[in-house]
Amino acid sequence: MLKQIEGSHGVAEAVGLCRPEVICAYPITPQTHIVEDLGALVKKGQLTDCEFINVESEFAALSVGIGSSAAGARTYTATASQGLLYMAEAVYNASGLGLPIVMTVGNRAIGSPINIWNDQSDSMSMRDAGWIQLFAETNQQAIDVHIQAFKIAETLSMPVMVCMDGFILTHAYERMDVPDQEQVDRFLPPFEPRQVLDPADPKSIGAMVGPEAFTEVRYIAHHKQMQALKVIPQIAEEFKGIFGRDSGGLISTYRADDADTLIVTLGSVIGTISEVIDEMRDKGQKIGAVTIRSFRPFPLDEIHEVLKNTRRVVVFEKCLAVGLGGIVASNVRMAHRGQTSPVYTVIGGLGGRPITRASLQELFEKAMTDDLEETTFLDLKQDVVDQEMEREKKFSRSGAIAENILRDVGVVDVAKTT
Amino acid sequence: MANQQVKFYQTGTLTVGNRLLDSKLRTVQATMDRSNSLDSGHRACQGCGEALGARYAIDAAMRATNNQLIAANATGCLEVFTTPYPESAWRIPWMHSLFGNAPAVATGIAAALKVKGKNDVRVIAQGGDGGTTDIGFGCLSGMFERNDDVLYICYDNQGYMNTGVQRSSATPGGARTATTMPLGPEPGADFDKGKNVPLIAMAHNIPYVATASVDRLHDLEAKVKKAMSIRGARYIQIFVPCPLGWGSNPANTIQVARLAVECGMYPLFEAEFGEIISSTKIRRKVQVEEYLKLQRRFAHVLKNPDQLQLVQSVADKNIQKFSLMGFQGGEV
Amino acid sequence: MLQVRIHGRGGQGVVSAAEMLSVAAFLEGKHAQAVPSFGSERMGAPVVAFCRIDDKEIRLREPVLEPNALIVQDPTLFQAIDVFNGLPDDGYLLINTGRDIVELGIENAVEQLPEGHVCTVPATEIALKYVKRPLPNAVLLGALSAVTGVIKIESVEEAIKSKFPGKIGEANIAAARAAYQSTSTES
Repeated sequence: MLKQIEGSHGVAEAVGLCRPEVICAYPITPQTHIVEDLGALVKKGQLTDCEFINVESEFAALSVGIGSSAAGARTYTATASQGLLYMAEAVYNASGLGLPIVMTVGNRAIGSPINIWNDQSDSMSMRDAGWIQLFAETNQQAIDVHIQAFKIAETLSMPVMVCMDGFILTHAYERMDVPDQEQVDRFLPPFEPRQVLDPADPKSIGAMVGPEAFTEVRYIAHHKQMQALKVIPQIAEEFKGIFGRDSGGLISTYRADDADTLIVTLGSVIGTISEVIDEMRDKGQKIGAVTIRSFRPFPLDEIHEVLKNTRRVVVFEKCLAVGLGGIVASNVRMAHRGQTSPVYTVIGGLGGRPITRASLQELFEKAMTDDLEETTFLDLKQDVVDQEMEREKKFSRSGAIAENILRDVGVVDVAKTT
Repeated sequence: MANQQVKFYQTGTLTVGNRLLDSKLRTVQATMDRSNSLDSGHRACQGCGEALGARYAIDAAMRATNNQLIAANATGCLEVFTTPYPESAWRIPWMHSLFGNAPAVATGIAAALKVKGKNDVRVIAQGGDGGTTDIGFGCLSGMFERNDDVLYICYDNQGYMNTGVQRSSATPGGARTATTMPLGPEPGADFDKGKNVPLIAMAHNIPYVATASVDRLHDLEAKVKKAMSIRGARYIQIFVPCPLGWGSNPANTIQVARLAVECGMYPLFEAEFGEIISSTKIRRKVQVEEYLKLQRRFAHVLKNPDQLQLVQSVADKNIQKFSLMGFQGGEV
Repeated sequence: MLQVRIHGRGGQGVVSAAEMLSVAAFLEGKHAQAVPSFGSERMGAPVVAFCRIDDKEIRLREPVLEPNALIVQDPTLFQAIDVFNGLPDDGYLLINTGRDIVELGIENAVEQLPEGHVCTVPATEIALKYVKRPLPNAVLLGALSAVTGVIKIESVEEAIKSKFPGKIGEANIAAARAAYQSTSTES
């Protein structure tokens, strides 16, 4: 049914339709509305046979999830940013144990400095923890991918992280088609665990593994994610068959076929990028885009294929490998191995910095003439940066960088603080 | 041949064997069809108090629940010595997740059982003092305040033993550990620190809190049995000597545990909804020296009158606070 | 595509206004996107919300930089931030105030706007009268409907009802309709 609702509410409804049995969550911006809505659905009696637990921290949230999933219950939680880091130990634990938990990450920057706005650093911090990471481009996709996520997780016995841009998607009111229960029931059968804590068949789960076997256990985890490269598109096909939408899979492309320049990105920014591409195509410029939907497993072959004929690649990412440059770009370069066309890294949108058509257009024009550095920070305020560098050269007690910059940018009133 | 006085208690909690009791009143360990939840073959040290305590506690819980039990275990000695890859000594459904999250994992298991309508299957979370009083404390408090239907058992050997005997917030004042060495003007663990988790558990107003010791196993079993008859959050802390970490003779584990209770260092009591409802009276009070002298971790304390006095005053305060004097005689 | 930018302060229902506007457009079969541009919940701080309305799917996610219609729920913002940034020469301006443009001191900022495009509405007073609370957002949507014709007043009323059920909804609807019927324009 078509509804004009907040992205978070759409996700809550979608998760509810998947008949979760245990939901535990700790609030953190920008995920709060999702868990609040789910709590309300349970309290109202609309979501039945579901235990909704208010926990005392994100670490507890995922730990409760680990227990409930191991006991055979379909389990869901959600977090972002600091919360994802706080549960980091449990994130690795859940994937190591092979528990099919589904978790929403409302992508948000990580502090310090504390920042509540969108970028994708949080998901990226857990990219190697063994979870499947799927990124939604729109709120409709967020709904659809959550439904697919439960099936992917339970098919592979592996946890899945559904990543959606905080505020930009979570807090946006948009038109969404919320599926009905009958469709979801047809698509998603009840959870049949591969392993379960059951007095009728006692097993020990979570024992120590020594050097003689650890490598094999880890290899299998890697191997399963490789299998996921086939399972994810399969399940996207099944989804399309029942719901009529192409909402999953490993990548999507936009006017990429004959493009000289290909922009590679993740998440909601593809919306604005598509608008710029259309304007440039109208002027005859051959530019297109590739959106990565599955970041883990990373679709090396698919990306290699789609990039192999282009003249240049621009990876636009909302995250940063401090001391290296691009996280996504590094992964894309591995897919692009053996090709001579350059891969440019563009870091943009950090901490919620708006990404405008104007900035993108200027960036893409530069790219098309190879007038780009290897790594570019979009819309960087160079003068502010230079001012701070000067300050550090002049004074040994130059002050906290973040606060200095806030003053320079004019957010903090200097008169009030000195 | 030399003569030796042997005191045989035929019945009661200090009993060695209980042949005179009706079979229903004997310990679980006396029956041939006991569950052996923690079976032989585990790798605990000789004289390990925790292995003893866990075996009695879990088998008692199994009997009380008709063998419908699931356990979540924190990282620590118990987890490590019971599951040396590729073996497991557990005969119950058992899960180890992380060091600090056993209470939360147990909450999750209980929630899953509840939602699936499996009301007769019960959940135990267990860990050492490190995993309980320190790193698992947040999750423990969360489980308590939600009144989740979980019995948490803490095996208290007063330090992080598995990692090499480091200080925890359960380490008593004066004790030597690898991070509170007997050096300098204030040797051993500080006296003005530490946490009393049973009292903190009581402050959460949970239905049942108890302390127990491996020196009186019937009492331990009775407390576990009682706990399993109650729904909601419950906490039992069991005093379990660690010969390796404490520098005590493995053969003395029971004796050390007995003396800890009898000198007042480890009060045994039960509480319901924040109120103490019973405490175990000391049978034959001894000065703390009798207890300390069996453990090398207190060797320097015995040579330091000021520290010795501090330890004695801790014991004296406990005796007063928990009303441990006034033993009336008879069954214990 | 129509782009609306709503300025106000925390607690004045700026975000709800954008949401209701998007619902009104949805009810007319259009695509609409409403996004807040704030973060921590805090009363009194400047808040901006955006709403885009189009007949086809809206892909654009940047802030509304060139609003076809600008709604200012709190005129004290004129001194605090650059409210008019990006307002095109044929844009619409709705201000929640009982004073006129000259009294507000903004006649220079709006002189390029066409006749009938600048509208002052004493929305807080109207809200106090009908809803007994100083929440001007629904009222201003009624005025927006009258001034721009971008959505029908019936859609605004339905949207209000979906957000505020019962008596509160009815009161807001009455207030919106009152504003719709009596918007005054400043040339």
